[in-house]
Amino acid sequence: MAANSSSLRSGWRTATDHTVTGLAILATILVVVPLIAIFVYLLIKGASSLNIDFFIKNPVPEGESGGGMANAIVGSGVLLAIASLIGVPIGIGAGIYLAEFGRGTKLANAIRFTADVLNGVPSIVMGLAAYSLIVVPQGHFSAFSGGVALGIMMIPTVARTTEEMLLMVPNNVREAALGLGLPNWRSVLSITVRTASPGIITGCMLAFARVAGETAPLIFTALGNVYWSLNPNQPIEALPLQIWIYASGPYEDQHRLAWAAALVLIVLIVLAVSLVRYVTSRGVLKGNS
Amino acid sequence: MSRGNSALADRGFRVLMIACGLSIFGIVVLILSELIVRSEMSWKQFGFKFFASPAGSFWDPVNGNFSALPFVYGTMVSSLLALLIAVPLAIGLAIFLTEMSPEFLRGPLAFITELLAAIPSIIYGLWAFFVLVPLLRDRLNPLLTKYLGWSGLFNDDNPTGLGYLAAGVILAIMILPIISSLTREVMSAVPHSQREAVLALGATRWEMIRMGVLRNARIGIVGAVILGLGRALGETMAVQMVIGSTPEIHKSLLANGASMSSVIASEFAEAVSDLHRSALMEIGLALFIVTILVNALARFLVWAVTRGAPAQVH
Repeated sequence: MAANSSSLRSGWRTATDHTVTGLAILATILVVVPLIAIFVYLLIKGASSLNIDFFIKNPVPEGESGGGMANAIVGSGVLLAIASLIGVPIGIGAGIYLAEFGRGTKLANAIRFTADVLNGVPSIVMGLAAYSLIVVPQGHFSAFSGGVALGIMMIPTVARTTEEMLLMVPNNVREAALGLGLPNWRSVLSITVRTASPGIITGCMLAFARVAGETAPLIFTALGNVYWSLNPNQPIEALPLQIWIYASGPYEDQHRLAWAAALVLIVLIVLAVSLVRYVTSRGVLKGNS
Repeated sequence: MSRGNSALADRGFRVLMIACGLSIFGIVVLILSELIVRSEMSWKQFGFKFFASPAGSFWDPVNGNFSALPFVYGTMVSSLLALLIAVPLAIGLAIFLTEMSPEFLRGPLAFITELLAAIPSIIYGLWAFFVLVPLLRDRLNPLLTKYLGWSGLFNDDNPTGLGYLAAGVILAIMILPIISSLTREVMSAVPHSQREAVLALGATRWEMIRMGVLRNARIGIVGAVILGLGRALGETMAVQMVIGSTPEIHKSLLANGASMSSVIASEFAEAVSDLHRSALMEIGLALFIVTILVNALARFLVWAVTRGAPAQVH
């Protein structure tokens, strides 16, 4: 009797174990298959829509076929250049502080925590802030305000990856630099940051790729512009904005352009994510030191 | 000579770096103050009634009547729906990846989830608009109405296929990678001795996962879920494209609605009056405060597990 009930019990336990294993595998399949399907769909749809006109032609009036997104590509370039000018130096500076000066202090912990929290703030809120800071006082929409919104969004990401990369630099590199009699700032900039620079650069690329796809903060800052424009003081077009407008329109040709633009953004993301992974996992940094 | 200079340079450099670090606090303060100032007109006029049900229509920009209730409702319904779909799948995936997966699958699967977490919202929106919505409209919604229509939650009188459900599904897809990768991180942080100890007592693998891993990691998993919630609350473009952009409250999940972020995206650039703009700013302010709190809580919980003392044997 006792033996019977214990074997029943162990049978039950084995069954539960198998069921759970099955459920976990099922969950994995349910997640991975659709995600890969979406990804492949985007690639195929984008690739079949992309042509050389996409890169070199401006949009044509609604309803006409053909045309491209040259103005949006250039516009995204202008926006991202402004964003990088703001986000990269401040972000790297904050990362240097976190890794080299503030390590273990309460202030650094608070900054790190705030940076992580800031990363989770919806991008549309950044757009509202940039609108209120720049568009309202200036009285008109501009590429500059969009660039500021994106730049602010880059800071926490750049700061955190810079910190992580600097922490991977072995301490004896720092000691060697100081041992040679270099002043601290010199040792940090020319030795520590330099050693970590492949990682820091890829971190910046990741932040860059992320904000490249941001739409929400641009809607009421950069606004969009159907014409070719390089002027940071004027409204400007951007790839994600153009995707949004084209997707909601009724024209097949515009949908095609939207898919092509999506592919361009995805390629940017894939490159950035792969690079970061390569740098952090293959120990490029350690090889350097 | 050079020593005095370098001491000065050192101090200058240090101050500069600290300033960069402090700028992160500055950004938070700046956003908060700007939003408060610009939404003043709205909260002076409506007070707390802004988040309550008004006498007339909810959102009437022409007559200057504003209540954020339908947007709060839309945000909550779509986010909860997303969690309901994403959490079991994400935890299942994390369990598979940390405890069961063969070594060669781990790297690629982790890479794919990382990649998908980085794909912009607008691209998910594009996909949802052209693929998911027709799928829901033609296949799933009629089925849900037929078999679950009695609950009142599924009432397929919306011919577009847009609505809360479409928003919930695309949000689920978008937050899955985030929840899953954080859960995985938290579960990997549980020391191996815990697993070995439970296995040594004769536990099966599931019992080992339940008692050795999940019990120790539960706080961090809750953190991961809350972080996913934070993401879902603020997602803008994908939701805007599929939720239907109608400032109404419906019990049916298949009806058109709007979320806090989606209404800002759809209306702000073409706001009809200062009050309208101010009301949208106030929604943005509410969104900012809520996501700051939610993210802070989540980060704290995840940090408590991965950075804090390793799990103790009780």
